[in-house]
Amino acid sequence: MKRIWKKLGIILSLLLVAIGLAGCGNKAVNKSNVYQHVKKTNTIIWGVRNDTPLFGLVDPKTGTLRGFEIDLAKALTKEILGPTGKCKLFQASAKTKIPVLKNGNIDVLLATCTITPDRAKVVDFSKPYFGAGQSLLVPKTSSLHSIKQLNKPGTKVLAVKGTTAIANIQKVAPKAKLLEYDDYGQCFSALKSGQGVAMSTDNGILAGIAANNPQYHVVGGSFTTEPYGIAVDKGQHQMRDEINKAFAKLKANGTYDRLLKKWFADVPGFNYKEVEK
Amino acid sequence: MWQLFTQNWQAFLTGFWHTILSSIIALIFSFILGSGFAILETNPNKFWRGVAKVYVEIFRNIPLLVVTMFFYLVLPKVLPAMSGFTAGTIGLTLYTSAFIAETVRSGLQSVGTGQMEGCLANGLSYWQAMKNVILPQALKITIPPLGNQFVNLIKNSSVLAFVAGMDLMYQGDVIASNTFQTIPTYIIVGIFYLILTLPLSYYMQYLEKKLA
Repeated sequence: MKRIWKKLGIILSLLLVAIGLAGCGNKAVNKSNVYQHVKKTNTIIWGVRNDTPLFGLVDPKTGTLRGFEIDLAKALTKEILGPTGKCKLFQASAKTKIPVLKNGNIDVLLATCTITPDRAKVVDFSKPYFGAGQSLLVPKTSSLHSIKQLNKPGTKVLAVKGTTAIANIQKVAPKAKLLEYDDYGQCFSALKSGQGVAMSTDNGILAGIAANNPQYHVVGGSFTTEPYGIAVDKGQHQMRDEINKAFAKLKANGTYDRLLKKWFADVPGFNYKEVEK
Repeated sequence: MWQLFTQNWQAFLTGFWHTILSSIIALIFSFILGSGFAILETNPNKFWRGVAKVYVEIFRNIPLLVVTMFFYLVLPKVLPAMSGFTAGTIGLTLYTSAFIAETVRSGLQSVGTGQMEGCLANGLSYWQAMKNVILPQALKITIPPLGNQFVNLIKNSSVLAFVAGMDLMYQGDVIASNTFQTIPTYIIVGIFYLILTLPLSYYMQYLEKKLA
């Protein structure tokens, strides 16, 4: 028995050391200037989505990322660093997108990230580049047509971990039960196998899924406004200002409009003029 | 970190409870199933040996996540949908039972064949000999590797997080993505897992000493 206590003691002390180290790690956030760093390496590492149709999705045939945000990241890189600038893409899930930005794995986050007061406490946002709104995706056979109908005990609504959809559903339909998944693919699979009555997230993302799955459609209009912003780590004001400048240029020269049209003009039931910023 | 815990203690405890519940259910059923298949694997009848072999090889060689996803996403196409908790626990049970079957089988085979022959010669039936003579000795031998399997089972219960099974890992994911305090959240989750697995390991060591 004595030996067991001794061993337990060792394990506990090791654990305390680990906690202590983690604590230090938190404080030692990289304070260097991201803009100077990307200028020097002539490369910007963008955190983008890999599971979101129309925004950022891995094309299974070629293995490359395709989507509106991927094109936008490439265009912004050229504006910020000039024509020789390199654009590196890092695949971030909804759950990990803020942590990888805070840890410095990526320089900039361009990944369907809604500007919220809570997030603005930990990262700095650019001006919004996409005016999404939250909606519902249901099978065409479903009688659901409004978010209000979800406000019943036992109604299961599916969402993705780390998205703003969760807090919004809790606000609008507090009685509904939320099930959270790791990415949009898993969440939609769960909807398909009847684990819940509706899947909820931003309309642009849902429209992208519905475009490839004609048995499903987007209902309920947008019951929130979800402006997407480009995020940099807290305090990286120079990087944020450069992004805002580059984005204004893309808007002025028509690139932004062209990209929006390229990805969203043909999506059924989706008016790309509504999301334009 | 303490503040993170006090603000989210309900979620952590809900997760802890689901992890315990899922682990206990899976532990009981995988032990029963696993021992059953181990006995079949050593059965003189070729047919039953074959059945057990197929079962063990299938569930031992498919990743746990795939087994769970099968129950969560594929089965609802023919049966009514089951919750993530149920699907995860069934997946965990089947997966672990295959490993337990192999462990118990090696224990059964380490009991000399002479003992079974002796039992049969003394007029015991096959099942009587199994129950009263072979199995008690075999289980004693398998205690240390069984303990490992049980600890693995508890850790593997984190598969529930992928199917919204409300377990510790799921709650950790949810808390981490809402508070953005990733590192402290997973440290707390890790401590909760230690609270479960450490006493179990030590109990198994104690049993091993007592019985050996």
